[in-house]
Amino acid sequence: MHSFGYRLNALLTFSVTILALMCAIASLSDNLNTPSPSAEIQIMNINWFQKQPQGNDEVSLTMNISADLQSLFTWNTKQVFIFVAAEYETPKNSLNQVSLWDAIIPAKEHAKFWIHTSNKYRFVDQGNSLRGKEFNLTLHWHVMPKTGKMFADKIVMTGYNLPEEYR
Amino acid sequence: MGLFNYILLLYEPQRRAGIIMLMDWQGQKFVEQIMQISLLVFAVIALVAGYVLGSFHLMMLVYAGGVTLTTLITVPNWPFFNRNPLNWLDPNEVEKHHKPQVAVSLKKKATQK
Repeated sequence: MHSFGYRLNALLTFSVTILALMCAIASLSDNLNTPSPSAEIQIMNINWFQKQPQGNDEVSLTMNISADLQSLFTWNTKQVFIFVAAEYETPKNSLNQVSLWDAIIPAKEHAKFWIHTSNKYRFVDQGNSLRGKEFNLTLHWHVMPKTGKMFADKIVMTGYNLPEEYR
Repeated sequence: MGLFNYILLLYEPQRRAGIIMLMDWQGQKFVEQIMQISLLVFAVIALVAGYVLGSFHLMMLVYAGGVTLTTLITVPNWPFFNRNPLNWLDPNEVEKHHKPQVAVSLKKKATQK
């Protein structure tokens, strides 16, 4: 017998199951999006370059970061998390990645921007191998969805150098 | 008040038989079909509207509206779904006709070759 309570239960469970399916389809629709982001980072100034008391090198630099990440946003995007990392090689480690700056882009309108900033997080080496070092600056992004799968990718920019001597 | 009494009258035969059944069998089947189809249709409409207009929020609103509308149509016991009420046997009639007794005979053996 399909009483009031039975029908109410059936409707609620069926509607929630369909809701889950809709969210899955919404997430799958993100694969239809082909993003075409662009970014550019200029190092305006090396503020200082010292060897710390512990023996590790540290750099402070001012960067100009400009990017157009609007094509990353879809209808199912909640926010995009971006960060800039310096990548280089040392005798001790084959790959070092140091995060210098990050931000959250909450909406498509804010995704085309430029910012003039010093590094938000300290650029410290494990050791003292930074003098004259050539490094890459990589802009990473994580597209966080409203529901479903998160996409992450990056742009690698090469050809940056640190000074030969401490300043 | 009159409407309430009218509805009570509708269920009189069932009430006397001691059964609470506010939607007949055909009504139940019909309503279940309405519910499933309506929810699926609203889900599709919501998905398409949300994707085309680029608004996740819109999809949720359309679907929520669809669920509410479907609930209003299918969950309450509308009289419309009770148009073929079954005629339940009157309790007085039941007493007149006792259930047949099952003959229990342990000694009876079927002897067949």
